Amino acid sequence: MNMNNVAPIPAQDLAFRSIESEAIHILRETAAEFRNAALLFSGGKDSAVIVHLASKAFWPSPIPFPLLHIDTEHNFPEVIAFRDDTAKRYGARLSVRSLEGSIERGTVVLGREDESRNPHQAVTLLEAIEEMKFDACIGGARRDEEKARAKERVFSVRNEFGQWEPRSQRPELWDLYNGRLSKGENMRVFPISNWTEADVWRYIAAENIHLPSLYFAHEREVVERSGVLVPITPLTPLKPREKPEMRSVRFRTVGDITCTCPVASTARTMDEILEEVIAARVSERGATRLDDQASDSAMEERKRAGYF
Amino acid sequence: MSDTNFLRAPLRVTTAGSVDDGKSTLIGRLLYDLDAVPIDQRQALERDMERKGRTIPDFALLTDGLLAEREQGITVDVAYRYFASTKRKFIIADVPGHEQYTRNMATGASRADAAVTLIDARRGVTVQTRRHLCISALLRVRTQIIAVNKMDLIGHDLRRFAAIRDEVADFSQRLGRPIPTAVPISALAGENVVHKSDQMQWYDGPPLLDLLDSAPGESFRLELPLRMPVQGVNRPQTTEHHDFRGYMGRIESGAMEVGQKISIYPAGLTTTITGIYVGSTQLQRADAPTSVTITVADELDVTRGDLIGDPANPPQVARKLAADLIWLDRAPLDLRRPYLIKHGARTHQAKVETLDHLLDITTLAEIEAEGQLATNEIGRVALRLGTDVSFDTYEANRATGALVMIDPATNATVAGGIIRGASA
Ligand SMILES: Nc1nc2c(ncn2[C@@H]2O[C@H](COP(=O)(O)OP(=O)(O)O)[C@@H](O)[C@H]2O)c(=O)[nH]1
Repeated sequence: MNMNNVAPIPAQDLAFRSIESEAIHILRETAAEFRNAALLFSGGKDSAVIVHLASKAFWPSPIPFPLLHIDTEHNFPEVIAFRDDTAKRYGARLSVRSLEGSIERGTVVLGREDESRNPHQAVTLLEAIEEMKFDACIGGARRDEEKARAKERVFSVRNEFGQWEPRSQRPELWDLYNGRLSKGENMRVFPISNWTEADVWRYIAAENIHLPSLYFAHEREVVERSGVLVPITPLTPLKPREKPEMRSVRFRTVGDITCTCPVASTARTMDEILEEVIAARVSERGATRLDDQASDSAMEERKRAGYF
Repeated sequence: MSDTNFLRAPLRVTTAGSVDDGKSTLIGRLLYDLDAVPIDQRQALERDMERKGRTIPDFALLTDGLLAEREQGITVDVAYRYFASTKRKFIIADVPGHEQYTRNMATGASRADAAVTLIDARRGVTVQTRRHLCISALLRVRTQIIAVNKMDLIGHDLRRFAAIRDEVADFSQRLGRPIPTAVPISALAGENVVHKSDQMQWYDGPPLLDLLDSAPGESFRLELPLRMPVQGVNRPQTTEHHDFRGYMGRIESGAMEVGQKISIYPAGLTTTITGIYVGSTQLQRADAPTSVTITVADELDVTRGDLIGDPANPPQVARKLAADLIWLDRAPLDLRRPYLIKHGARTHQAKVETLDHLLDITTLAEIEAEGQLATNEIGRVALRLGTDVSFDTYEANRATGALVMIDPATNATVAGGIIRGASA
């Protein structure tokens, strides 16, 4: 993102109004076109924005979708506290389904105890969809995040295995979303498809949206591994001969502890974060997700397997 | 620092060209010259250059997304890209050039404020160029720009450029559309893309980016009469908001004010606006493209799919429509079968009564239909709907003049449609 020449702006400006209104329009179409849609809530900033948009879209009625959290149980405790607070603050129903449940059922088999659980979320999500009979799941994915996402539709059909089939996507013309599903199919809906990371941050600032404290700079024990700062936690212990350091860091995304890394930062306030994001020279995922770095096509493979 | 860039709504741009005209290179070049390539991707480009021993980055690497297409080396689906200049934000629908994907062109153009058509200076105007100009014309893309690329390969020859520019101008006039602006560029060398080229002193126009920076965006919506499809009725029935009854929708065109008289179509009932809300914030006035919830003075029977409009400038109401369908599905139109039509926030039962003629996608001339409307063809049809529809012609208002057709058996989106008017 080139955001060098961008300053935070108030919410009433046109660029903002245009993307906010688009997201609200999509959320209202979702409420109308599906019998039982869920809002996938990870505790991250993008899903916090969607919850906020949903509350604006339907005010004074409550958010018509339950928040669904697929818990890897490899979450930072701040994120779990934030999740519960958010549901309370917006008066939303919260459903949590845990990866441990899938492990106990034997539907998720971990290769190693300490491996990243992110790729396995897909299984638990599909089980939750089946159990609670959701016909649509609202997600916070953005097209600017990653190359594979650039071709994603706003209403995106998943087959009965939860797979995205990029070759047979429905054409999406104007703002006329086709919400019809055949048996076994499920919809993923992405209301902030057209937002950039800078848009998300500016919106969070303008609307005073709460975020987990992890997003703001704090002192944390980390170790540097091939240019990436890895937080020292019980799940990600030091390796022999490594020396930990206390660094001022913040997270740019939240996820499985074993694969989510902070960046060095002193941005403690929203204004400071905005400034940092605006000057950001590293793409969001490149900086913080070890599991995506493994391969350029990792995201697409994961999506084919049903996550998002 | 300037904040004016985000004061304007993003400009939605669609790009198209034939395979190898240099579209990926152009978009990559734009991102690169605007300094919009993140460091990690920039490094990946440099590593690739080293590996292949090249001196200019392979910009296509920045934009070619899906595994499947990387294997085949072609882009097969519309991809969306985001970047900002110092003036505004852009949303680019990057449409693949492969012939069979005309439907992608329609997808990209359906939402676009501006279209950039790429032409290889050596090859000149091709069938694909005409196809793109026709679709942009049909879908009423406001700003049409022609980028004549690879000028470096023809010695930056003015005459060649002028010949292409004139041919396009002539063609556009025959389509009844304004003459597009043409700009000579080299995407690879970065000439006249973001920076002006000193290789083409004879060109006194601005570089491509300046043309995009100054293109009118969605502001024209404000000049059209008020239209707001009702997406839903908001009835909280809580103790605090016991009697609240709001209508939710996005103002697609025009503006509204508290105290204003509005009508609800197709029934045509008239009432007065008593409240306009965005979230819990109450507004005195709102305009396109704001999503709002409104309350009105009278208890009316309003449901999802109704259209709120200005009684002084009402929409049309009909049961039968004349429309042009851009056929997208693999299975051709079947005149015996029922279809669904999504228009605004309402889904109608529909049948195609007649297929009158096809439009030649490279000239927009009428051609005989011979009973078939197949993938990537455009046909003029008469539609009969199960219920009254309130609409404007597409020409008058994109938001209320567009529709999509759905096959209820497969649930596929089989066609995009442009309403020409009521049908006898
Ligand atoms: N000499 C020259 N080559 C170009 C230019 N633009 C693109 N190319 C080359 O043309 C070929 C096709 O370009 P590409 O961007 O992949 O085309 P696309 O299929 O339209 O996306 C590549 O080898 C590019 O390097 C240009 O302005 N000058």
